[in-house]
Amino acid sequence: MATPSPAQLRELALTEEEYQHAVRQLGRVPNQLELGMLGALWSEHCSYKTSRRLLSQLSSKGPQVVVGPGENAGVVDLGDGLLCCFKIESHNHPSAIEPVQGAATGVGGILRDVFAMGARPVALLDALRFGDLTDAAQRHRFAKVVEGVGHYGNCIGVPTVGGETYFDPAYQGNCLVNAMCVGLVTAPRLLHAVARGVGNPVLLVGADTGRDGIHGATFASVQLDEGAEERRPAVQVGNPFLEKCLMEACLELAGSSALVGLQDCGAAGLTSSCAEMARRGGVGIRLDLDQVARRELGMTPYEVMLSESQERMVLVVERGRVEEVRAVFDRWELRSDVVGEVIAAEELQISSSGEMVARLPLPVLVDGFLPRHPASSRPADVVRDLSAPPVTAGVPWTLEEAWLRLLASPNCADASWIYRQYDHQVGDDTVVLPGRDAAVVRLRGRRDGLAITVDGAHRSSLLDPRRGAQLAVAEAVRNLTCLGARPLALTNCLNFGDPDREEVMWQLEEAVAGLAEACRQLALPVVSGNVSLYNDLSGASIPPTPVVGVVGVVDDVHGIPGPGFVAAGDLIYLVGGEGAGLGGSELQRLLGGRVLGPPPELDLELEGRASEAVRQLVTERVARSAHDCSLGGLAVALAECCVEGSLGAVVRLADPPTPPDRGLGLLFGEGSGRYLLSVEPGSGGRMEEVCSAGQVPCFRVGEVGGELVEIVGLAQIPLAAAAEARLKGIAGAMEGPVL
Amino acid sequence: MTLKPVVNDPQGLAVTQGLHALGYPEVLGTRVGKHIQLTLTARDRQGAESRVEEMCRRLLCNGVIEDFHFQVAEVGA
Amino acid sequence: MTWRCGIAVFPGTWSERDCAHWVELAGGEPVMLWHAERQLKGADLVILPGGFAHGDYLRTGAIARFAPLMDAVRDHALAGGPVLGICNGFQILCEAQLLPGALLRNSCLQFRCQSTHLRVEATRGPFLAGLEAGRILEMPISHGEGRYYAPPEQLLELEAHGQVALRYCGPAGELGDEYNPNGSLQHIAGVMNREGNVLGMMPHPERACEPLLGSEDGLHLLRAALALVGAS
Repeated sequence: MATPSPAQLRELALTEEEYQHAVRQLGRVPNQLELGMLGALWSEHCSYKTSRRLLSQLSSKGPQVVVGPGENAGVVDLGDGLLCCFKIESHNHPSAIEPVQGAATGVGGILRDVFAMGARPVALLDALRFGDLTDAAQRHRFAKVVEGVGHYGNCIGVPTVGGETYFDPAYQGNCLVNAMCVGLVTAPRLLHAVARGVGNPVLLVGADTGRDGIHGATFASVQLDEGAEERRPAVQVGNPFLEKCLMEACLELAGSSALVGLQDCGAAGLTSSCAEMARRGGVGIRLDLDQVARRELGMTPYEVMLSESQERMVLVVERGRVEEVRAVFDRWELRSDVVGEVIAAEELQISSSGEMVARLPLPVLVDGFLPRHPASSRPADVVRDLSAPPVTAGVPWTLEEAWLRLLASPNCADASWIYRQYDHQVGDDTVVLPGRDAAVVRLRGRRDGLAITVDGAHRSSLLDPRRGAQLAVAEAVRNLTCLGARPLALTNCLNFGDPDREEVMWQLEEAVAGLAEACRQLALPVVSGNVSLYNDLSGASIPPTPVVGVVGVVDDVHGIPGPGFVAAGDLIYLVGGEGAGLGGSELQRLLGGRVLGPPPELDLELEGRASEAVRQLVTERVARSAHDCSLGGLAVALAECCVEGSLGAVVRLADPPTPPDRGLGLLFGEGSGRYLLSVEPGSGGRMEEVCSAGQVPCFRVGEVGGELVEIVGLAQIPLAAAAEARLKGIAGAMEGPVL
Repeated sequence: MTLKPVVNDPQGLAVTQGLHALGYPEVLGTRVGKHIQLTLTARDRQGAESRVEEMCRRLLCNGVIEDFHFQVAEVGA
Repeated sequence: MTWRCGIAVFPGTWSERDCAHWVELAGGEPVMLWHAERQLKGADLVILPGGFAHGDYLRTGAIARFAPLMDAVRDHALAGGPVLGICNGFQILCEAQLLPGALLRNSCLQFRCQSTHLRVEATRGPFLAGLEAGRILEMPISHGEGRYYAPPEQLLELEAHGQVALRYCGPAGELGDEYNPNGSLQHIAGVMNREGNVLGMMPHPERACEPLLGSEDGLHLLRAALALVGAS
C-alpha cells in the first residue's frame, strides 16, 4: 500500500511521526485496516498517550484495594468477602452531538464496565456541566441530557442515586456528561477482562454489529467519499432493554468456571476489547469476521473491527463449554456467536472470507504508541488574576438580596427537578435519597452501607487548577463525612480542553498533581479513572474540570442525620477553618465578572482532621444534623439546614465585617474544610471535647428556632423566602421554552 | 396510529407550543402518533389488508386509546 | 404454613427482587415465574412487578401480555385468584384486558420518581380488605407512563362499581391536581376488576416495606392478601 497522505492520517488521528513509528516497529507498511486499528488504539482515548505520564502520580495503594486502574473498573474490599466495584467515565462529545442518546449511551457504557467485572450495578451517579440556563439552547441540552441519563438507568433498573450539576457560561459550547457506576460482587464471582488458554473460543454476544459509532471520519470513509457511498452518522442509539438482558446473562455466568474472561465492547469496539484482553493474558486472538452478526449488509472488515455499536460484550470461554454458556444467552433471547479463538502468538489476527486481512503484534498495537509530551506553560494573565481582588466594590445588591439570589442560583438550588426524573429507589436499597450531601445504598444482610458522592472542581480551577482539583477531593470527603462515612477509594474523570494548547497542558499537569497530593493527604487510593481531552469549541477550551467520585462506608445505615435542623433550641456549631475567600466563588459568578482573586483557602491537614472529628460526632449521633459549607459559603449552607428542617436559626459571627466587602466574604466565602452541625443543648460539651481532641476549630455560633434565617448584625431572610428561592432555582429556570 | 380524539395528548400540546414559539401561530393543533412500516408477503392485496388489520387489533394498536389506519403498497418480489 | 407468591419475570422486569424482599417481610414465600413458563408453580397469589417488559418499545405491556405465563395468570385471575400488577405489571394487566383502561405517557412528559400519598377508595378484594376507606398510604411512584385513562362511560362504570381502588391525594387525603403526579383521570392510582381479586396500581408498595426506606405502608396490602389466602 502507498504511504497514506497527511489528510488520510489525520482522519485516523495519526501523525506522520506515529505512522513512521508503526512502520518501524512492524518492519513493514500496515494495510488500511491495520492502520485503522492502530489509529484507534493509539488514540488518546485508548492509549492515554498524553496523560499516562501524569497519571502515574496517582497512587492506587491501600489495604482495601483489590483491583486498581487498568481493568474495566476499580475494586475495593468491603469485608466478609464482599467487593465494591466502581468507575466514572465521560461521554461529553456524543452528548454534545445528540444529548439524549449521548447521555444514555454514556450510562450504558459505564454499566457494562461494572457488570463486566461480575458485579451487579447498585448505583449510578452523574456529574453534568452546561452553559447558563437563561439560554434556551442550554435549557434544551440540559433537559435532554437529564432525559437520556434517566432513560437508560430507569429502563435497566439501576437506581441513579446522586449527582452534581453545574451551570456556567464557560460550558456553553461543550457540555460535560460524566457517569459513575457502583456495583457489588462477592470475591469468587469477580471477573477479569483477560484472554487465556490457547484454543479457547472467543464469543461476541449481545447486539448485532452496525456502522454506528465508527470514528466520525475514518480511513474507510475517505474511500467512501471516493466511492460516493453515503457517510453514516456516528450517533449511537442505546438499547437499555437489550443491555438489561445482557447484564442478567453475564451476571448469571459470573462465578462459572466456564467463563475465562469478559470485557465490554466500548471505544474502538472489537479491536480494543480483543487486543486488551489478549494483551493482559499474554496471548493472542484470531478473529473470523464472517462469524460476526451484522445489522447491515456490505460492511467492510474495517467497519466491523471499529464499530462502536452498543450493548456488546466479548467473552473468552473454556474449550468444550461453549454450549452451556450459549444456553444462558439463548434464555435471555440474546445473540451469541463464536467469532474467534485464543492463540499463542501475541498477535491480533483478523480473517475475512477466508483471507487474513490484518495481523498485528499486540505489543505494538496496545503499547507501541508514542508517548506525547506537549509543551505546557502557565498563562501570564492567571498570575495577574490571582492577585486581583475577587469582588470589587459596587456589588449592586444588599446582603439579603445576594443571599436569596445565591439560594436561587441553579448551582446551589434544590435539584429535585433533575432527580425526580431518575428512578433512585429501584433495588430497595437506597436509604439516603438524592438531594443530600451524599447518597447511601445499604448492603443487604449487614448493618453498614455505601455512601457515594461525585464532586467536581468549579471556577477557581481556572486560576489554580492544582487547588481546584484538591478542593473537589476535599468536598467529596466532606460530603461523605456529613453522613458519618469513612471514604474508601476514589475514581476520577479528567475533563480538559486540547492538550496541544500550552495553557491546557499546564492545567492538566497542575490538576493531576493536585489530585495526587489531596488523595495522598486524605489517604484515598485512586482505583479507576478516565480522561476526556479536546473539549473545545471554536478555539475555546472548557475550564479544567476534574471530577471525582468517592465511595465510603457508613457503619450503620440507621439514623443517619441529614442536613436539616431537627429541633428548636438545638445549638449550631461551625467546625473548621477560615472561609472568607471569594475568588472563583458562586457570588462572583452571579455578579457576572471574570474569575479573579486567590481561590478559596484549603488546608489539607486540617481538612483531614475536621473530617475525622465530624465523622466521630455523626457516628456517635452527637450531631443531630450535619452539612458542609460549599458553593455560596456559610450563609447558603445555613439557609439549606433551615429549609431542610423547616426551622429558622439565629447565628452570630465573631468577626466584625470590614469594608469594602461589607461581610460578603464572611457570609459567602467558599473556604474549604467547614461544616455546620447542630446538637442538643446538652451535647455542647461533647461536641467541643471531640473537636478539641482532634485539634479542629469549632465555634458555637447560634441556635435553631424562629421563622427567620438570621446572621445577627448582617442579614436576615424569612425561612419561607429561602425555601421558595431554593425550590425555584432550577425548576423556575426550566419554565422557559426549550426550543 | 394516533391517540383517539377524546384522549388528551400532552406531547401534541408541547409540539404546538414549540411551533408557536418558533413563529408558526397558524398551527391550531397537533396530534402525535406512531408510524410502523411492515414488510410482509401476501397472496394479494386483500389478503394483506385483512392480516394487517388483525395485527393492528391484536398487537400494534391499543383500541382503548388509539385509532389506526394503514395503506398497503407492493414492493415487488 | 407460608403462602406462595408467584412473581412474574419478563425480559426487562426489574422489581422482581424488590418484590421478593417485600413478600418475605410480609411473611410469604416468593417464587419467580419465568415468562416462558406455562404454570404458576403452585402460587396462591401472583404479582406482576415493575420494569420495562420487552423494553416497552411498542406500548407498555403490549408484548408481555402474549407471554405463555400470562395464560396461566389469566386462568388464575378468572378463577378468582389474587393478582396484583405494580407499575409495568398494571400496564400489562390493562393490555391483557384483565383490568379496564390504559396507561398513557405522564402529562408532564417526564419520568417521575417521587413519594406520593394515596387514598384508599375501595376496601374489598384481597389486597385492600384489611384497610379502612379513606386511609392514607405513602408510597413512591417511578414511571414515565402512568396516566390512567378509560373512556368516559367506562370511567362512570368503574366509579359506580367501586373499582377505583386508590387515588393520588395530599397528606390529609385531599384531592387536587398538585397531588396528581401524572395527570391520571380522577386522580386514579389503582383500579381493580369487578370482582376485586385483580388489582393494578402505579405506585410501588414493594418500595414501602421498611421504616428505613421511608414507609411501611406497602406491607398492609400484602399482609391483608396473605391473611385472606390463609383463611380460605
